[in-house]
Amino acid sequence: MKEKEPIISVRNLTCAYGENVIVDDITFDVMPGEIFVIMGGSGCGKSTVLNHMIGLDIPGSGEILIDGLNIVSAQGETRLKILSKIGVMYQMGALFGSMTLLENVRLPMEEFTDLPLEAMDFIAGMKLALVGLRSYSGLMPSEISGGMKKRAAIARAMALDPGILFLDEPSAGLDPVTTAEIDEVIKGLSEDLGVTFVIVSHELSSIFNIADRVIMLDKRLKKIVAEGDPRELREHSDDPIVREFLQRKAWNKESI
Amino acid sequence: MGQSVNSKSVSMTMIPAGDRSLTIRLIGRLDAFSTGSIWREAVDGVKARGWEDVVVEADGLDYIDGTGIGLLVQLRTIQTERGNRIDIKGLRPEFKRLLDMFDPSFFTNIPPENTEKKRFLEKIGYASAELFSDMKSLVSFVGEIFSALSFALKKPSQVRWKDVYLVSEKAGIDALPIIILIGFLMGLIMSFQSALTLERFGAELFVANLLGLSMFRELGPLMTSILFASRSGSAFAAEIGTMKVNDELKAISTMGINPVSFLAVPRVIAALSMTPLLTLFFIFSSLIGGAVVMLSMGYPLTAYISRVFSSLNISDFLGGMLKAVIFSIFVAGIACHRGLMTGTGASAVGESTTSAVVSGIILIAVVDGVFAVIYYCLGI
Ligand SMILES: Nc1ncnc2c1ncn2[C@@H]1O[C@H](COP(=O)(O)OP(=O)(O)O)[C@@H](O)[C@H]1O
Ligand SMILES: [Mg+2]
Repeated sequence: MKEKEPIISVRNLTCAYGENVIVDDITFDVMPGEIFVIMGGSGCGKSTVLNHMIGLDIPGSGEILIDGLNIVSAQGETRLKILSKIGVMYQMGALFGSMTLLENVRLPMEEFTDLPLEAMDFIAGMKLALVGLRSYSGLMPSEISGGMKKRAAIARAMALDPGILFLDEPSAGLDPVTTAEIDEVIKGLSEDLGVTFVIVSHELSSIFNIADRVIMLDKRLKKIVAEGDPRELREHSDDPIVREFLQRKAWNKESI
Repeated sequence: MGQSVNSKSVSMTMIPAGDRSLTIRLIGRLDAFSTGSIWREAVDGVKARGWEDVVVEADGLDYIDGTGIGLLVQLRTIQTERGNRIDIKGLRPEFKRLLDMFDPSFFTNIPPENTEKKRFLEKIGYASAELFSDMKSLVSFVGEIFSALSFALKKPSQVRWKDVYLVSEKAGIDALPIIILIGFLMGLIMSFQSALTLERFGAELFVANLLGLSMFRELGPLMTSILFASRSGSAFAAEIGTMKVNDELKAISTMGINPVSFLAVPRVIAALSMTPLLTLFFIFSSLIGGAVVMLSMGYPLTAYISRVFSSLNISDFLGGMLKAVIFSIFVAGIACHRGLMTGTGASAVGESTTSAVVSGIILIAVVDGVFAVIYYCLGI
């Protein structure tokens, strides 16, 4: 995979809220088609980095190239062009509560395409089918469970078939079975559609299950402390903190 | 050759061969942004006649995404539903696999949407059933409030007096400016308007009687309670509703605390102790408004004051105060009830706030009517 051009390229990114520097001068690449996970303890800045990558926050310095275009400085048409390449699932799903699942998925199409209504309904139904929610399309978000909300949010993020999906904590607050279901959805989309995933997670079982590559952030150092295949890092990382982070919970899981 | 549609980045050519078969040639990029331009033509073209064979030549496509696949799936569904054939040629293997994921069985038994429109009569039926169950829950809530209140009377140490104090300050003292302003303006306007009429009979001085009697018996408690409902009732409903949305009420319940005595009782106590005072402020500001009119018409202040109180007796005063107390219990009670009943979702808090004010004002009107009958029978 390394011989390809990266689809996302983060160069010397520094994120700060006011005086408070969260991450300091980090650089990494995401390759097309891979499942890339940003991990680390709570409050280390995972969501912060994600919010910068999708253009919600403006970095203190550095650049973020998405398919060759810098989202940091992009304005107007260019910005829209970049945003059409990405889809985002926010931590709580962020479905619109006054619309059915189908209407939620249809909304981006209504805004950005000239598809006829019945075509949008048809395609929205397919997207919901991809995440296993076909038969729930007429329900309101308040009528479905947390795991289903997240799956519906993934379907909505997929509405315009972006090449890159950003997911913030897809498994937070879910039981292991539902987490595994979401993991299957992610793997399916990655294999069938070749979608590139950037996922924020600290759920180790899920990371080992789906991640092609991870970076680990550290709250104190404000840097990337590890990068690579999570299974390899668990066994062979030079950094004992990284090894411990990856082994401790895995060990806990086996002992249950 | 058939007709061809060109668009942003995809071009489609439809070539009929005889009556039986149709060839569709696609060239370019078939993605979310370009598919819309050819969807109608493609679907209508295939539907137009019962083509026995449809051939889609896709080898000219540089790129196709989920939306483009959607079009192909739609065409295939149309053909298979009619028992006809479709052949999609030249699609790259990875897209072929995607297409096969949506085999027709996927779409055969689509469940009915549960958002179907209700008929008019059905709606009336549902609305009345809802109204009825709403009344029932309201009555039981009033019962709950009164039992919680009597429990609080027996065990005053159980009441959260700090909350009572805070709510009293917010709903009572902070409401003084608007109460005084509206009271003053109402007194001013009422006496000015009635003075204009009474002047023709040389009876301007009776404005004072009119104002005193109507304010103490009726308008003082009524207006104060309506202001209280819109200013503080809405706040009660919004506060409690937001707690409900944030699952704070669940937390309270799982701690074993009764939400009614925890949230509603302090607010009701604050309301029933503050509204009589607010009512007094309202009445006196309206009397000052009336005094301004009378003074400007050249009557001495003493004459005005003695007139105001000459036609009043203690039962008028107490009757008005009792009304204020009862109104306030209903207004605060229903506001808390609406807050506790808040649904889920972003608009839920707004709905319960609106409903708290509307139901509060309706209740005031209804209870005021009941009072009118009772006072009439008692001869007050
Ligand atoms: N909008 C914001 N304004 C100020 N500080 C923020 C903001 N968002 C996050 N932070 C701070 O940034 C740090 C990292 O937060 P976050 O990226 O959410 O961590 P996590 O890795 O758990 O997702 C935290 O200390 C948090 O307080
Ligand atoms: Mg986070």
